[in-house]
Amino acid sequence: MKRYQWMAVVMVWLLTEPAFASLNILACEPEWGALTKELGGDKVSVYVATNALQDVHHIEARPSLIARARSADLAVCTGAELEIGWLPLVQTQSGNSKIQTGQAGYFEAARYVVKLEAPQRVDRVQGDVHPAGNPHIHLSPYNIEKVATALAERMAQIDGGEAAYYQARAKSFLDRWRQAIPKWEKEAAPLKGMPIVVYHKDLSYLNNWLGMRELGQLEPKPGLPPTTSHLSDLLARLAKDPAKAIVRSAYNDPQAAEWLAERAKIPAVMLPYTVGGTDKSKDLFSLYDDTLSRLLAVAK
Amino acid sequence: MFKRTLIAGAAALAFAGPALAQDAELAKIRAEIDQMKQVYEQRIQALEKRLAEAEAKAGKAEKSAASAETAAASAANRTGENAFNPAVSLVLQGTYARTSKDPNTFQITGFMPSGGEVGPPKRSFGLGETELAIAANIDPYFRGVAIASLAPEGGADVEEAYFQTLSLPAGFTVKGGRFFSGIGYQNEQHQHAWAFKDAPLVYKAFLGGQLRHDGVQLKWIAPTDLLVELGAELSAGDQFPGSDRNKNGLGGSSIFAHVGGDIGASTAWRAGLAYLRTSPQNRNYGDIDALGGAVLDSFTGNSRLWVADAILKWAPNGNATYTNFKLQGEYFRRKEDGQLTYDDSAGSAVFGSVTDSFKTRQSGWYLQGVYQFLPQWRVGYRYDRLNFGTADNGIVTSGLGPTAADFPVLAPHSPTRNTLMLDWSPTEFSRIRLQFASDKSRLGLTDNQVFVQYIYNLGAHGAHKF
Repeated sequence: MKRYQWMAVVMVWLLTEPAFASLNILACEPEWGALTKELGGDKVSVYVATNALQDVHHIEARPSLIARARSADLAVCTGAELEIGWLPLVQTQSGNSKIQTGQAGYFEAARYVVKLEAPQRVDRVQGDVHPAGNPHIHLSPYNIEKVATALAERMAQIDGGEAAYYQARAKSFLDRWRQAIPKWEKEAAPLKGMPIVVYHKDLSYLNNWLGMRELGQLEPKPGLPPTTSHLSDLLARLAKDPAKAIVRSAYNDPQAAEWLAERAKIPAVMLPYTVGGTDKSKDLFSLYDDTLSRLLAVAK
Repeated sequence: MFKRTLIAGAAALAFAGPALAQDAELAKIRAEIDQMKQVYEQRIQALEKRLAEAEAKAGKAEKSAASAETAAASAANRTGENAFNPAVSLVLQGTYARTSKDPNTFQITGFMPSGGEVGPPKRSFGLGETELAIAANIDPYFRGVAIASLAPEGGADVEEAYFQTLSLPAGFTVKGGRFFSGIGYQNEQHQHAWAFKDAPLVYKAFLGGQLRHDGVQLKWIAPTDLLVELGAELSAGDQFPGSDRNKNGLGGSSIFAHVGGDIGASTAWRAGLAYLRTSPQNRNYGDIDALGGAVLDSFTGNSRLWVADAILKWAPNGNATYTNFKLQGEYFRRKEDGQLTYDDSAGSAVFGSVTDSFKTRQSGWYLQGVYQFLPQWRVGYRYDRLNFGTADNGIVTSGLGPTAADFPVLAPHSPTRNTLMLDWSPTEFSRIRLQFASDKSRLGLTDNQVFVQYIYNLGAHGAHKF
């Protein structure tokens, strides 16, 4: 009898899901992990599913993700099919009804911004296209502003007891963020019109914001690795219409960018892309600071 | 008004002679100009204010236009009758096969045949299974998945067709219908997702290739940071190692446990243990007696199978795009106890039908490593081994007539196989594979196999199972 009581206690403990922080959050990408920490402070416990050195298109529904998804109250993801290769499986395998698509516990950041480059036609002949538009939305500060507002509302909705706390933190974050935007824009003035070549179309929102001109991509088609023939074509194009820099993200292999940079005699620049991509990019503010300073270094 | 004053002033300057009068006029003009300036400034200020207001309004309009655009974009293709179309995907497969032994003579000597399609594909060009998958959330509570496999010779087979709950509390999920069992590692994976063209020998010998249940599965995930997944399955048990029994109740049940997690950013792992129990009834297979006549052997009893599996995946910083390595191994152990019936009445008709006890203890394992050395390119090696173990055939030992020579399929033999593969996947939707194998499944014979295989995925983007 004693033994059964003990087992019952363990079962109840396991079933009632002991809560250690008031809100358990699974952030799909580091940028949303950072934003969630800004808004949630010490009232949330955040697990970031991917790191800045990983290509978020190619993640597997690994055991640790399923375990974390199991206890999450909220999953903060990009959406727009960026995580389609793994998140649906994590959701169905987690046995967690809260974070299923359509539930309040599943937050899709891309829903709150205007997406660029939505294809007119969806055909995989064009490579790994995203029917909803470019999902790499976090490198426009105005997008961060919109997502932060929506996310704070969602956190307040899910964790009503702390609603005032989240709203206050959101206000403080947005105040600082809105002060930073004009500062960045002033700093980035020399980048306006700067022609660059990118690795993948993951910097489109940054280019759009700063008015940089994207001459081409190292990938022959979205999602396909660079080929020598494509790089040679790019090199020939650059001879006529030179770029200021070959820009890649931290998670991209440096080889192709360096190959082209060396031959085209223009610098190769590595951008953090997201929080944690470089030592300096520790949060969203320093991510933008570092991104701009790396671009400005080659703008002269 | 000021124009007239200016003209008047100019006229005054031109025609008035005395200097004093001129000074007075000038002062007057200055005053008027100052007044003009003031009026202008006020008007400019008013205009600026109006402009700022207009800008703010325009900004708002832009914002609402933007959100309207998003709404419109997301609403596109979501109207009309097909708005709720499920995700549909299709897998195309085919092979070119070259084998040194006739695929029709394939057997895994020493192990009771599973009746499954476990042999090599037909020689030369051959179409593989075409797999059609349809999946969608049914409502907030259930998800439905159906996967049909279209056989090259015609006909369709329901590979999986199940519902799965989406909203049970406390980490529980229930699956029901026909589904691949959660035992082992590779069992839940569809054949086109395997790292090699064919299944490991343990799967071929102990599960007839792959175990699927017609039944229900209950799964629970513990609320811990380490993945702890426990599952139980109840089924009709009509698939090998069970058999169709035409009985009420359950013919098969299994339980499994998986644990898994990360070691740093670069390594992920999962390990599991599973137990499957089935009660086959008249599970039969054909054999040939010492005289060359056809024999039908059938087994009735209990079959118990233990599976231990482990998988380790490594990629630098967890970025598998460029290079990654996957190590996978499984160990199977089976105990069967029951009665075996030997019936040669349709063949040589020497002994007729004889029945006695039958007992085996057999095991096997495989270990495979797959390394992606460049984007799009992988190389893999697999070693397979089955241990004959012990078999106690009562018909032979109690001298009922038939001797060991009348059971050639059950001749003591521990098969092995070495497999090497190289594949190229231009995108995650296409793969072309070259595979070599030296297969010693048949007693005393080595089958050297070369396969070229293609796998294409059309339609909805599937998620990558770990």
